[in-house]
Amino acid sequence: MAEDAILGYLATHEEIPDSGQFASQHGLHHNDVVNVIKSLHGFRYIDAQDIKRESWVLTDEGKKYAAEGSPEVQLFLAIPSEGSIAKDELQKKLDPSLFKIGCSQAGKNKWVDMGKQVSRKVQHVEDKVKDLLIRIQDGQTLGKEDINSLRARKLIVAQTWKGYSVSKGPNYAPKRKKVATDLTRENLQRGDWKELEFKEYNFNAKGPPAEAGHLHPLLKVKQQLKNIFLQMGFEEMPTNNFVESSFWNFDALFQPQQHPARDSHDTFFLEAPSTTRELPEDYVQLVKRVHESGGYGSRGYMYDWKREEANKNLLRTHTTAVSTRMLYTLAKQPFAPKRYFSIDRVFRNESVDRTHLAEFHQIEGLVCDRGLTLGDLIGVLNDFFSRLGMSKLRFKPAYNPYTEPSMEIFSYHEGLKKWVEIGNSGMFRPEMLLPMGFPEDVRVIAWGLSLERPTMILYGIDNIRDLFGHKVDLSLIKRNPICRLGIN
Amino acid sequence: MPTVSVARDRLFAALGRSYTQEEFEELCFNFGIELDDVTTEKAIILKERHLEDDNSSLDDEVIYKIEVPANRYDLLCLEGLAQALCIFNGHEKIPRYTVANISKESMLKMQVKKETSLIRPFVVCAVLRGIAFDEARYNSFIDLQDKLHQNICRKRTLVAIGTHDLDTLQGPFTYEALPPPEINFVPLKQVKHFRADELMEFYKSDLKLKKFLHIIEKSKVFPVIYDRNRTVLSLPPIINGAHSAITLKTKNVFIECTATDLTKAKIVLNTMVTTFSAYCERKFEVEPVEVISFDGNSSVYPDLSEYNMEVPLSYITGSIGVPLEVDEVTSLLNRMQVHAEQAGLGGNNINVSVPPTRSDILHPCDVMEDVAIAYGYNNIPKRKLSSLKPLPLNQLSDLIRYEIAMNGFAEVLTWILCSKKENFEMLNRKDDKTTAVVIGNPRSSDFEVVRTSLMPGMLKTVGHNKDHPKPIKIFEVGDVVLLDEKKDVGASNRRLLAALYCGANSGFELIHSLVDKIMEVMGTPFVPVGNSAGYYIELSDEPEFLSGRQAKIIYKGRRIGIFGIVHPEVLNNFDIPDPCTFLELDIENFL
Repeated sequence: MAEDAILGYLATHEEIPDSGQFASQHGLHHNDVVNVIKSLHGFRYIDAQDIKRESWVLTDEGKKYAAEGSPEVQLFLAIPSEGSIAKDELQKKLDPSLFKIGCSQAGKNKWVDMGKQVSRKVQHVEDKVKDLLIRIQDGQTLGKEDINSLRARKLIVAQTWKGYSVSKGPNYAPKRKKVATDLTRENLQRGDWKELEFKEYNFNAKGPPAEAGHLHPLLKVKQQLKNIFLQMGFEEMPTNNFVESSFWNFDALFQPQQHPARDSHDTFFLEAPSTTRELPEDYVQLVKRVHESGGYGSRGYMYDWKREEANKNLLRTHTTAVSTRMLYTLAKQPFAPKRYFSIDRVFRNESVDRTHLAEFHQIEGLVCDRGLTLGDLIGVLNDFFSRLGMSKLRFKPAYNPYTEPSMEIFSYHEGLKKWVEIGNSGMFRPEMLLPMGFPEDVRVIAWGLSLERPTMILYGIDNIRDLFGHKVDLSLIKRNPICRLGIN
Repeated sequence: MPTVSVARDRLFAALGRSYTQEEFEELCFNFGIELDDVTTEKAIILKERHLEDDNSSLDDEVIYKIEVPANRYDLLCLEGLAQALCIFNGHEKIPRYTVANISKESMLKMQVKKETSLIRPFVVCAVLRGIAFDEARYNSFIDLQDKLHQNICRKRTLVAIGTHDLDTLQGPFTYEALPPPEINFVPLKQVKHFRADELMEFYKSDLKLKKFLHIIEKSKVFPVIYDRNRTVLSLPPIINGAHSAITLKTKNVFIECTATDLTKAKIVLNTMVTTFSAYCERKFEVEPVEVISFDGNSSVYPDLSEYNMEVPLSYITGSIGVPLEVDEVTSLLNRMQVHAEQAGLGGNNINVSVPPTRSDILHPCDVMEDVAIAYGYNNIPKRKLSSLKPLPLNQLSDLIRYEIAMNGFAEVLTWILCSKKENFEMLNRKDDKTTAVVIGNPRSSDFEVVRTSLMPGMLKTVGHNKDHPKPIKIFEVGDVVLLDEKKDVGASNRRLLAALYCGANSGFELIHSLVDKIMEVMGTPFVPVGNSAGYYIELSDEPEFLSGRQAKIIYKGRRIGIFGIVHPEVLNNFDIPDPCTFLELDIENFL
């Protein structure tokens, strides 16, 4: 009703100057008119400007006096027109608060003589207060003095009146269209989509969260690294064997039995199964000899090599244990060059902190060929790491029991403005390769790094436990970018 | 990797020059050690005692903590480090260590008793004569024993070192193994006599020593060394006797190393004597001691002989990948403390003599590595192995495809060619002849133009799958072709991504979510309108979409795509009875 009235009125008029007047002219409640104005404004059918007016309304006390008369008049009328009345008597005739106010106002007006006996001073009075209050009730305006005196007696209070002036808006139409939040199949079927008015979208907010599947960021990086290795012509090694013997994990790599890495502080040894069932005996003899007394041009470590140490089972501390088995198998065949890689779990008996876990992923690559040089190693490392976005590399001499030369790989970190160690590399020692049966000119260059470290740098994670394990926040897994390693 | 703490100023004095920290780090890097930390004596003590800086008179001399390779025992003290770096810098020659030439009769003797084989069978000894200690040298002497005990000695299990003031003792010495109650002496830092078994009990509360007790605790006999007067030199590997303790004034030092591994005992002894013979009256000379086994076999220690190898030049250059001449290789090796010379005139082999300090050199490959280090790893030219590079655009396309499929969308593969009508009119678009490649000889109207959008193919797919249960969620990543004056042929491909939802409702919000997801996986943040650091969306006004129900995607300030409710007229053109929301964006922008 109000909506039709407003839109209809605007069809022939420029504006509605005052919603209050409009309401009373059209016999509408102003509140209804205001609600319609707000709604039409939201859909921009109309433009609306606020109007504010101050007005006076009666308090409860004021309303009472407007109906019953002011206390002073009530008091006056209770006094007999002739003679006097005892004050106590008079008091009994009136309400106590009325009596009190009436006495004070009637006294002030010099209408009565107050004493033990009360009598009229004048014979006739007018109830001006009541008249004023009734005029305010009727919406009339009063003089300043009258207002002030009524306000002082708390018979009236100020009230702000709100209304609008209204004109046509950009979407003005004489009749409102249907409001919809979405286009539905029914709209298409009925063909009423043309009349539909849509609620505006809020493009400043994102859409609702999508229902979707997600892959773990560490494995996304692993996948990209795997692609990089494949593009570089590397074959994946089978690394699905976590339990390994000390022999393949250490001894076959020419890692001496007293080496600190073989301490229980660093390696998980097994209670069950505690030892390996078998080892290739001929090869074991060759490994024992090279540890004890060298050969192949080496002086060896010169100590008593113990079979019991080699038999001890452990959780592999590096995937190089697998590389060793692969190379051993390779050496038994007529020589053919190979490139191998793996990315899989390794285990260290370490206390867990921000940068260390008892298990993590090792990335390993190796090239086995005749006549390989350190130049080849540096070349392949540059190729590999530049695909990871690290093209500024340098190499530091280092020590590793099974590689010689050994090189630590450093990359210049543009953000940190310094060189950071990113991996290890080297050439496998002849004491490792020759007992396997490789020809003397066959060399193996290899490198390794953790999967976690580059991933943490990539995704800006500084606590490894936030990346990998059961304490990981699922929203990390749901909210991370694709791994773009190898795409540049 | 072991870490050695050295006073910076003493180190620089020994190196004959001072370095800035960066210069020193560079030197370390090239040599293969690492400046791990820079601190002060004061800071270390305060940290140990958990104290705040109390402005006390503690020493604030700068300390360098240097990490050295685990097999370079010769670098475990300032003297060894300084010598190695001086020689590396070419400022010093490699010392030749000698064993004093004295007759067997006048040599000190160590008799080894049979029972020692039950617990700790080996002992090797030597004497440093006329050594001049000062406080710094003395501390370094003690520290080196500590470092060796920690590392090669494997916490004294393999080898334990005892050093004694020889002038308080009288040879010959005996190395015995006795039942603990029979051993009785005043141990170092104590004033009263202890029986060995009591002593073990006593040390159970000693923080430093208790961790070594297990090595002999369970044995029926304990190893012990006596002099001729039955003075106890040491109860290895636990403690020395107080009687023969060395002091700053000690002139002649007797060193004994007891061991379960003879090779390591020899290395430890050699490391001690070669390093500190530099402070002896006869520099680099060590007095030998004869060790006589219970079976009468006799050996003289230390064995300071050099280990000789003949290494072919071709092995070295062929492994490093740098063509070097013999004399270049020999001078590089000399910088690494390895004696080297040409084997025979004009020969292509190199005679290498490894001094007793370089026990890490086992094989010619170790020599080769030293040549490479001295040459500089970072000067070696790289050789590239064959490898392939994938096309970034296709790799990225694939990664995005997987992500969208994981959001529950099925991939479609539609035709590149379509009719003009499908590409324009049916999409409410006007053909202004500036976008589409037009085919001159189409066999049918299906193949008039090359698509400029993935939209017709997607809508045709939905139109032909009216009976498929709703909702339908499909996507395609594929190329469109646009006229392009910058190209020789006048047209170029663009890689677009399109996704479409069709159901009872428009699915606008679902496609909006997909837009957010795509941006998230591209690592792009959602930003306020006008910000070019990420992406935002803005109302758009394209005829193929319903007015007010469409938005353009702005990425780094560029419009890269659009999504919206497909206009009902367009739906009608493709005979689709259900509302659809369509997304299309150019993924080449992400490269």
